[in-house]
Amino acid sequence: MILKKYSTSITICLALALFFTIVQLGISGGLISGYWVTNLYLMGINIILAASLNLINGFTGEFSLGHAGFMAVGAFTGGIVTANLGLPFPLAVAAGMLAAAIAGVIVGLPTLRLRGDYLAIATLGFGEIVRVVLMNIDYVGGASGLMGIPEVVSWPVIFISVVLSLLLIRNFICSSHGRACLAVRENDVAAQMMGVNITYYKVLAFVIGAALAGLAGVLYAHYYSIIQPKEFSFMLTFDVLVMVMVGGLGSLTGSVVGAVLLTIASAFLQAIPELRMVLYAVLLIAAAVFRPQGLFGEKEVTLQTFKRWGGVFSGLAGHKQAD
Amino acid sequence: MQDLLQQLLNGLSQGSIYALIAVGYTMIYGIIQLINFAHGDVIMVGAYVALGAALMGFGFIPSLLMAMIACAILGVVIERVAYRKVRPVSRLAALTSAIGVSLFLEYIMMYFLGADIRTYPPGILVGRTYSLGGVLITNKDLLVLGTTLVLVVILQYIIFRTRTGKAMRAVSYDGQAAQLMGVNVNNTVAITFFIGSAMAAAAGILYGIYFNSVQPLMGLMPGLKAFIAAVLGGIGSIPGAMLGGILLGMTESLVAGFGGSMYRDAVAFIILILILLIKPTGLLGKGVQEKV
Amino acid sequence: MKAMSKWNKSVALLTALILVLGVFAAGCGGNEESDAIKIGVNYELSGNVATYGTSCKNGIMLAFEEINKNDGVLGKQIEGVVQDNKSQNREARNVAEKLVSEGVVAVIGPATTGNVQAEEPVLTKAKIPLLATAATAPEVTYDEKTKKVRDYVFRVCIIDPDQSQVMANYIFDELKLKTGSILVDKGNDYSVGLGKTFKEYFTAKGGKIVAEEGFVDTDTAFKPQLTSISSKKPDFIYIPAYYNQVGLIIKQARELGVNLPIMGADGWDSPKLVDLATADSLNKCYFTNHYSVEDPAERIQNFVKAYQEKYDSTPDAFAALGYDAGYLMAEAIKQAGSPDPEKIQQAIADIKGFEGVTGKLSYDEKHNPIKEVSIIEMANGKQKLIKKMLPEH
Repeated sequence: MILKKYSTSITICLALALFFTIVQLGISGGLISGYWVTNLYLMGINIILAASLNLINGFTGEFSLGHAGFMAVGAFTGGIVTANLGLPFPLAVAAGMLAAAIAGVIVGLPTLRLRGDYLAIATLGFGEIVRVVLMNIDYVGGASGLMGIPEVVSWPVIFISVVLSLLLIRNFICSSHGRACLAVRENDVAAQMMGVNITYYKVLAFVIGAALAGLAGVLYAHYYSIIQPKEFSFMLTFDVLVMVMVGGLGSLTGSVVGAVLLTIASAFLQAIPELRMVLYAVLLIAAAVFRPQGLFGEKEVTLQTFKRWGGVFSGLAGHKQAD
Repeated sequence: MQDLLQQLLNGLSQGSIYALIAVGYTMIYGIIQLINFAHGDVIMVGAYVALGAALMGFGFIPSLLMAMIACAILGVVIERVAYRKVRPVSRLAALTSAIGVSLFLEYIMMYFLGADIRTYPPGILVGRTYSLGGVLITNKDLLVLGTTLVLVVILQYIIFRTRTGKAMRAVSYDGQAAQLMGVNVNNTVAITFFIGSAMAAAAGILYGIYFNSVQPLMGLMPGLKAFIAAVLGGIGSIPGAMLGGILLGMTESLVAGFGGSMYRDAVAFIILILILLIKPTGLLGKGVQEKV
Repeated sequence: MKAMSKWNKSVALLTALILVLGVFAAGCGGNEESDAIKIGVNYELSGNVATYGTSCKNGIMLAFEEINKNDGVLGKQIEGVVQDNKSQNREARNVAEKLVSEGVVAVIGPATTGNVQAEEPVLTKAKIPLLATAATAPEVTYDEKTKKVRDYVFRVCIIDPDQSQVMANYIFDELKLKTGSILVDKGNDYSVGLGKTFKEYFTAKGGKIVAEEGFVDTDTAFKPQLTSISSKKPDFIYIPAYYNQVGLIIKQARELGVNLPIMGADGWDSPKLVDLATADSLNKCYFTNHYSVEDPAERIQNFVKAYQEKYDSTPDAFAALGYDAGYLMAEAIKQAGSPDPEKIQQAIADIKGFEGVTGKLSYDEKHNPIKEVSIIEMANGKQKLIKKMLPEH
């Protein structure tokens, strides 16, 4: 009985462990080329970004375009901790997330009272302000950016960060806080009348999203070892927005799929960047017009889904063997 | 003193361009409550169309008209394809769609025409500079101010003196009620896009001539600034958009001219946040209680 | 509880599935074996500095073509593996990873400082030499923090302080102008760096800088800054920025009645500059560069002719630097005696008196070339070579 109760959790842990090991062996055995290792790390960072943006845009019904700004705050704070102060990486993670969270409070408190679409422009503005301010701070290298950040990001670091981030978001959504956020999204006036403190929950979700974007920034900084303010422009936010929209507003697994698919697509379209952006644009419009709820809508991919697919695939496989 | 006047004049020209863009923004937002993110990129398309016309040897006025017509049609197409279906579903989905259209226009242009900066043939406007008591004013400044003024007056006439204008005002006030009264809402929205996008095209060619450069991402920043100008002036109000644009242009010019050039963009966004917190209806906007 | 387990399954399993996809994709990046010597060409072929990258790449490919026509090096052909880094740091690095996995023995490029710095750790780790063409910041080859030379990084261009020093000397000694002003792109390390060193050299000579202004890359309206600069009454304006902004600035300056001499650096070198600023406005404008098309030397004129035949355009300094980089790399491989990255690295460091179109080149201990700087005046929309000066070290 107990075994059955935990069987899914066990399956998942085993699957994750197996996957982690396979990839780790692939990397250390040189089976995965450096280029694809980079893309694998980028996938991880993008998953964190997409999932955290989805927490804000999908689960609370706000519309933030400030993710590049939060990521920059995290990246530069983390970079200062390791490169300028010489402290260890875990402290950089903590400091980067904390700084991004504080930025989230500062931006969130005044702007979250605005309606969703005004918020979009205000947060977009925040991202630009962060970029310009960073350019003017000599301590972080000004325009040339922060250099000499130790390259400590490896597969285990990425893997653990992704798993913990997703777990955090999932637990938040499934908690009473998360339900309150959903209530705010569905009808904020009704939620307020039921005694939900709207501003508190909006800011809370916003801050968690910001902190995770900060984490993504820290990882980014400690992989690329050099960060320049101009990298964190709003084009980066749009990339993340496409991932969220393709995956579906309000679907966490959708965000994961969106992030992975678009990172791969981006790698293959590397030679024709304009076409990549045209594709992104078409995806955005199509997602909004034909499936405003996204590829997955609010549905999640579950073990059951796999069992269904598994049936189809094994049928196909059997067919193939017969040929 | 002379410097201050020169800075205000610098701001006035820049502000007039913002105003022309903001007028389109404010009309569209006023009628369907959608931040038409792609509005800035319609400017860019307008600038390219006018560039094409100018390269074929047309003068300023014919190029301007061609750009306005092409963009008016583009605006209607954008509304039909990307917004009409989503508008009633969700405002945020519509905004997402608008961002998609914006990216699409930018990068499809870049794909076909390249990212290179292009310039208008020098013949389209021979530069002259006049001195007014030490303050220098070019014929480009005059052209920008004049065109903006003429177009805004025409627009005011359309909105307050014609049947179409009446329909637009009715839909903006209450879309459902207007429909019940026999106004064709979809057509009215399409006409709004038609006019708003034509204004954007005019802004595009003025911008292109004023700064002597046309490139695929040229509309992005002016578009955002114009939105801020529209909010500052009071969304939905044409004189408000005009006032907001000029105020924003002058503020930016003063900020940049007196040592804060780095923070020019930041100041604009700070103005946005402040106005939304202090007086969300803007300087000339009417106070309308948000409906539940 | 039911919701919980549903979530459990979904989140984790999906992560797993998807990352597996990534691994599959990884398998697809297979290499083809060929006999040619592969050299990576990592350039800005799209994005905001695409004209620089494209020129460099064209120069390099022209050099390779000529070398291959003359039997290549060590009896083998050279294959330039061209990749676009979109003028973005992270792409420059990703592209470097890709090039390493394709088995290149050396990499030429990118053009700009930031992109080279992003790429450098990848190549240093793989012990593959990197030859930069137009990255002019001192930091590129020398780590200020650890005071160590970056062993695998070289360049064919002069460094920023050399350019600003030569310009400061020219303005002070020859044009006899003593009070200046500086306008830089604050979002661009190249521009900020040049502005800073120029001020140091110019004030050290006894000159005065009366105004310093800045702008950011999205700006198109420069009249506010120019009005403010001109109210301080300087004798000239130094604008070390990229041509796309400089063009607009010069035009707007002239419209404001600011008829001061305006000076700049190699970022000005583009035929677009004349389109943007117009020929009239560009009178009384000077900039430092790596070479001049107008230089009558035979080596240079042959290069200009070959380039015009192949690409139907006049080679700018970036093309010339690319061309030199291509030949220098071939020379190094020849000296090394085998296409082995480590040996090539040693051979580049040992290069002495290499004759290129951008001058005679030897390396100092920081892997920087010691070369002459050309000073160019714009006269009626045409570049005119004023003189060549050797920077003092």
